[in-house]
Amino acid sequence: MLEVRGLSKSFAGFFAVTEVNLDVAQGQIAAVIGPNGAGKSTLFNLITGHLQPTAGQVLVHGRDVTGMAPHRICRMGMGRSFQRTNIFPKLTVFENVQAALLAHQGRGRNFWSRSQALCRDESATLLASIGLADQAQMIAGTLSYGNQKQLELGIALASDPKLLLLDEPTAGMSASETHEAIALLERIAKERELTLLFTEHDMAVVFSIAQKIAVMHQGRIIADGSPTAVRADAEVRRVYLGDRP
Amino acid sequence: MRWRGTPWYSRFPWMLVVFVAAFMVPWLGSRYDTFLGTQIAIDALFAVSLNLLLGTTGLVSFGHVAYFGIGAYVCGILMKTYGMPFALALPAAALGAAAFALVFGFFCVRLTKIYFAMLTLAFSQIVWAVCFKWNDVTGGDQGLPDVPYPALDWMSAIPGFDNLRIADQFYLLTLVVVVLSLAAIRRIVASPFGRMLTAIRENPERAAFIGVDVRTYELAVFVLAGGFAGIAGALFGIFNRGVFADYVYWPKSAEVMIMTILGGIEYFWGPVVGAATLVLLNQQITSYTEYWPFVLGVILLVLLFVFPGGIVGGIAAGLARFGNRNGRRVSA
Repeated sequence: MLEVRGLSKSFAGFFAVTEVNLDVAQGQIAAVIGPNGAGKSTLFNLITGHLQPTAGQVLVHGRDVTGMAPHRICRMGMGRSFQRTNIFPKLTVFENVQAALLAHQGRGRNFWSRSQALCRDESATLLASIGLADQAQMIAGTLSYGNQKQLELGIALASDPKLLLLDEPTAGMSASETHEAIALLERIAKERELTLLFTEHDMAVVFSIAQKIAVMHQGRIIADGSPTAVRADAEVRRVYLGDRP
Repeated sequence: MRWRGTPWYSRFPWMLVVFVAAFMVPWLGSRYDTFLGTQIAIDALFAVSLNLLLGTTGLVSFGHVAYFGIGAYVCGILMKTYGMPFALALPAAALGAAAFALVFGFFCVRLTKIYFAMLTLAFSQIVWAVCFKWNDVTGGDQGLPDVPYPALDWMSAIPGFDNLRIADQFYLLTLVVVVLSLAAIRRIVASPFGRMLTAIRENPERAAFIGVDVRTYELAVFVLAGGFAGIAGALFGIFNRGVFADYVYWPKSAEVMIMTILGGIEYFWGPVVGAATLVLLNQQITSYTEYWPFVLGVILLVLLFVFPGGIVGGIAAGLARFGNRNGRRVSA
């Protein structure tokens, strides 16, 4: 589904990401973990076209998408959420997902129909599935933090992605919000048969849902495998997990 | 633009009332009222076209006057030098302005924020310099005087319209062109295309990752805004009986931006209110004191402090508070 080959990115000589190789299989839930500054977000931005890699390749479904503009990569079936919540704050919740649906259906060039009447049912269905049906008419920026994260997931899902990249989906959430968000993610991934790649700080979350874990340290992947294998890896324990049982 | 929880005063067809009232001016008002009315209508269209960029898409253009001026020159040259009828010269002005907006915009949308704004200003100064020096075509610093009025004799044949002066007839024509243009812009803003533009304003990064090609959309709206500014410019040239390099000079970009912000960029009708306010203030103050720019500056300063969301934003906030006091209490 997603193949990353020898991907590197240097900022003025400093390598934030060095020769990263990563495979995510169809339908897999994969996580990238690592301490702050390990290069996780940079890796995501390289995959989604927000940054141009210095070297290496990104393949989605076997097609080379390296260096493509974000909007084109998005149209190839990749969705993403951002670490800092990224919604359209002054639009209503309904308008947020509706905009994404319109863009996905290629109707953005229509400058003569009344947009208010379009995609109503699809938007309602989508909002119901992420649990925001009651908030549809609220201004998105006034939602609680947890709800904004839900909405961001809704926006990403509107383009009907096959592969979804989530940059710290539970960052800043309370324990109960985290629990709900993860339950939602698991359900949606199953319903839509999504391939998921996410970064996360919360190790409990990672080990509860990830089927595959890649560990980044100083821009490199130092371990990559099943949760059990990663947990047992001596180097991971040394640099990251803090050598606890 | 915001119709949520619509109370009576937002469902009331205010614009229809304003349009009908404006249409009656030649019969009810003085010659001077018609003059002011024409100026307000033209400035309103110019300001609304700027707000397609500023309020709708979040693009700050300091050079919007370029397309206004190009429209004025294209229409003026075609009508005066080539004797083309207004019905052809007006669309030509819109297309001419849009064509320049396409070329300049191609470069501008490659930059963001203040760099975008500076490049728009640079292009408008280039246009000004060319208009100021190209004597053979634009008349250079002498300008292009004596642009003829469109042939409006047919209007006198309509019962009730026979006593109108040519300036009144041109006012009515201006009003119709402006209202049709505003209706078209309103429709565009409310369309899926308009929704993509607001998405870009709210969050360009996110917009790209719902599949929106941000630059192309920005260029498209830049061209549209330029075209409508061109229509306003074409009308302005005829209204002033001539086209001069001043019309392309940067202070006019600042003026239209003041109108737009004063009225309220978050509201479709904000720039219209801003245009009317600025024109009327200007006229009133000029007749009292020769220090009118000073007085005007102070008044604008106060207005912008009292109504940070513009005049329409202030009214909307006031009405919302009034509505809440009348029973519909909304928790904060």
